[in-house]
Amino acid sequence: MTSALDTVAVAASDPDRTQPWAELGLKEDEYARIREILGRRPTSSELAMYSVMWSEHCSYKSSKVHLKQFGELSQETPVGKMLAGIGENAGVIDIGHGYAVTFKVESHNHPSYVEPYQGAATGIGGIVRDILAMGARPVAVMDPLRFGPLDAPDTHRVLPGIVAGVGGYGNCLGLPNIGGEAVFDASYAGNPLVNALCVGVLRHEDLHLAKASGVGNQVILYGARTGGDGIGGVSVLASETFSEDGPAKRPSVQVGDPFMEKLLIECTLELFAAGVVAGIQDLGGAGLSCATSELASAGEGGMHVELERVPLRDSTLSPEEILMSESQERMMAVVEPADVDKFLAICAKWDVEATVVGEVTDSGRLHVDWHGERVVDVPPRTVAHEGPTYQRPFARPDSQDALQADRAEALPRPATGDELRATLLQLLGSPNLCDKSWITDQYDRYVRGNTALAQPEDAGMIRVDEETGLGVAVSTDCNGRFALLDPYAGAQLALAESYRNVSVAGATPLAISDCLNFGSPEEPGVMWQFAEACRGLKDACAELGIPVTGGNVSLYNSTGDTAILPTPVVAVLGVIDDVESRTRAGFAAADEVVVLLGETREELSGGEWAHVAHGHVGGLPPRVDLAAERSLGELLAQARGVVTSAHDLSDGGLAQALAESVLRHGVGATVAVPGDAFVSLFSESVARALVTVTVDDLPRLQELAERHGVPLTQLGATGGDSLVIAGLSQTAAPESVTFSIPVSELRETWTSTLPAILDA
Amino acid sequence: MRVGVVTFPGSLDDVDAVRAVRLAGHEAQPLWHGDADLRGVDAVVLPGGFSYGDYLRAGAISRFAPVMTEVVAAAGRGMPVLGICNGFQILTESHLLPGALIRNHHRKFICRDQALVIENTATAWTSGYRTGEEVTVVLKNGEGAFAADEQTLDRLEGEGRVVARYVGNPNGSMRDIAGVTNERGNVVGLMPHPEHAVEEGYGPGVAGLGFFTSLLETVAS
Repeated sequence: MTSALDTVAVAASDPDRTQPWAELGLKEDEYARIREILGRRPTSSELAMYSVMWSEHCSYKSSKVHLKQFGELSQETPVGKMLAGIGENAGVIDIGHGYAVTFKVESHNHPSYVEPYQGAATGIGGIVRDILAMGARPVAVMDPLRFGPLDAPDTHRVLPGIVAGVGGYGNCLGLPNIGGEAVFDASYAGNPLVNALCVGVLRHEDLHLAKASGVGNQVILYGARTGGDGIGGVSVLASETFSEDGPAKRPSVQVGDPFMEKLLIECTLELFAAGVVAGIQDLGGAGLSCATSELASAGEGGMHVELERVPLRDSTLSPEEILMSESQERMMAVVEPADVDKFLAICAKWDVEATVVGEVTDSGRLHVDWHGERVVDVPPRTVAHEGPTYQRPFARPDSQDALQADRAEALPRPATGDELRATLLQLLGSPNLCDKSWITDQYDRYVRGNTALAQPEDAGMIRVDEETGLGVAVSTDCNGRFALLDPYAGAQLALAESYRNVSVAGATPLAISDCLNFGSPEEPGVMWQFAEACRGLKDACAELGIPVTGGNVSLYNSTGDTAILPTPVVAVLGVIDDVESRTRAGFAAADEVVVLLGETREELSGGEWAHVAHGHVGGLPPRVDLAAERSLGELLAQARGVVTSAHDLSDGGLAQALAESVLRHGVGATVAVPGDAFVSLFSESVARALVTVTVDDLPRLQELAERHGVPLTQLGATGGDSLVIAGLSQTAAPESVTFSIPVSELRETWTSTLPAILDA
Repeated sequence: MRVGVVTFPGSLDDVDAVRAVRLAGHEAQPLWHGDADLRGVDAVVLPGGFSYGDYLRAGAISRFAPVMTEVVAAAGRGMPVLGICNGFQILTESHLLPGALIRNHHRKFICRDQALVIENTATAWTSGYRTGEEVTVVLKNGEGAFAADEQTLDRLEGEGRVVARYVGNPNGSMRDIAGVTNERGNVVGLMPHPEHAVEEGYGPGVAGLGFFTSLLETVAS
């Protein structure tokens, strides 16, 4: 940055000054376009704004041509309307009784690699403010995480820091953490994924949108002071690939203060309740550049800001730095002049600093002055909504055919009872399938007293209304190996698993939010994965009749030349009329009938067995069957009170579901699996669930299954202190195999993996 | 009874404490940290959370809140006061209770269902339990390890002022102490959270409700 103030007048009089557009991450044609829009060179402040707002992270310039198809979906959910959709801070859906919920999942991947604790903490902080800005009280968080191999040295730096950051921030906000994922794969070794989801609840009439309308209305910045942290975080961190010899980027990561955010939440909710907020926007990526331009762009088009009024933590900050700073825990509100005093009084009650920094105008321009001199004069839409759009070339990689031809179904399999037993235990103790309580015990899941389900249940569930028991269930999922083998199907399988998890809890899926984590969009093969995943999600949503409410795209997730597994994390939100009627996972009592719902095919490619036993990824993922998912979901919603437990089948197949169900309450089971024991136990076919039912209620379940066309197989009965499995082995010659594992051995295997490595 | 629940900046479990008070049959009266006024309540709960972000030291800033002057005075007159988690930290910082809460020995935040043994049933908050009764409530803290010098620990045990002990020490608390009381038995500090175990289906059972229903019996007697 130049030391002398670069004003609009200077820019006009000194048109040929060399500007650091490339260092700020802009491409040459993007810089040329800014000059064309303005009819002159941008001031350094304007250049700062455009550079952060036109970054991949903020502008979605590579992804938006593919994302726009989500807007073609019906904007209705199975129970009501979408009250706010894509483009808002978060989508809002009607759940009945005058209540609405808003939820969104977002990434904070790159900052969390640079500085795990603060990166993860501010990831939670950012998504919570998005939810708050819709007028909702945040009520729960979830954290889908991806790490490199558990035994890799850097995982020991990254994982404990990220987990402590998610917990440190979320716990201090008083938000229950009700679920998430922790998945390990070599492709995330230099690029962990930290996705964060927040759910909020509001009454219909409390919905607030991010727009600055009403000429003369005051623009108030409130919350934390603005400091030098996170400057250029968006453009520098989220839109570049890490390289071994790059400069240190630690100063670009923001530092969070969850105590301030807690005050901001309570203060903002009191401001909403007092009716003194005409428009609101949180400050996240791109800070003031984003908030001012987006508010002005969505409203009547003009805003005047006196930037020197912004309270600073560091008085030496330049106007460019103030505009780019990503200091956390800040919000911007548009307030009618008559309400300003009341607004400021409520902020004072919560010890939250609030400052009038500008007002809404009808100029159609965003004007920013610095001590009376104009440093920004731009059409706000060109900053916020009319950034560059790229039609990135995409092409199915030549290697895809060979990858799909290398099927896991051809790999050597266990056949004897002893081999099957060893395989079950090997998978149960593997990093992706083992007990995650080393992580989840660091999160408060009880605060607020409305947590009806939390990890290790398949979905998290929150009571919304204490009177009626109305509640919501949420799950996030993605198997990146499936997405690698077939990104179209892989994205649908992520959606299907999440949908199933919400269904087994007894809730009705309503809508999705997605966090699309991919490699570099400048590589046609990665762009093809991205395009296919978007197409897959859109088609699946159309078939299931549920909308995409919003989400987030994270690109450039690779280290050097190696892209991460394509990881389209899908969050499904469902509604349940009374959380008291929910179905839990796990065998709770002896002498109940163990039942498998759904059809098992020989589908092993991309699954956990191939991954753990052979380090193999190849072939085609399990066949998507959305009609079957829907039937299973409808059955499970109606089977509430009939089944005594329900657990979805996914990673690790029936073997893992049986082991987890036994482990939940230490109640054993004796089952006979149909057909080839290995396929029956380890196939990852979709649209399946393991349920229990009393002998008396079995006919009711059979009748329901028949009505919904869901195949039903009786496997055996609960009871005892072992998991006993019998079946046929057809690998060599047909013979029967039986094996037994004591609950204590299952537990030791399941629980020892993470502590053995992370506490070492 | 009217039971006040104080909200400090950063209190988190105040809504849970209010619900627990209500489910126990009392009237809940929200109290604000900045008001030196107990609004005529019969008892006070200092809830869990991270008041003032735990900055400086957990509870160290909250003890100077205007409402605490009134709480300390009322406790001196015998009013029942229960400090849960951060509330316990505030009570030790206010010198209403001995000892201190320090960082867990494993240096991690921990949230889990936790069994306790109720040892002292003579306090205002535990009279509804049987001596030796095992109850499961929620434990969640990062700085929850009870610490005191040997002399203080001996005195607490000698005078029967250990209210509850952990079954399986979760955080390095000295002598497994989960909660203590003052000489008079009206002020109780408890690191685990009984207010998260008051409603079937939203926590590990309802064994925590006894802390709130005990109040009635205390007053009735």
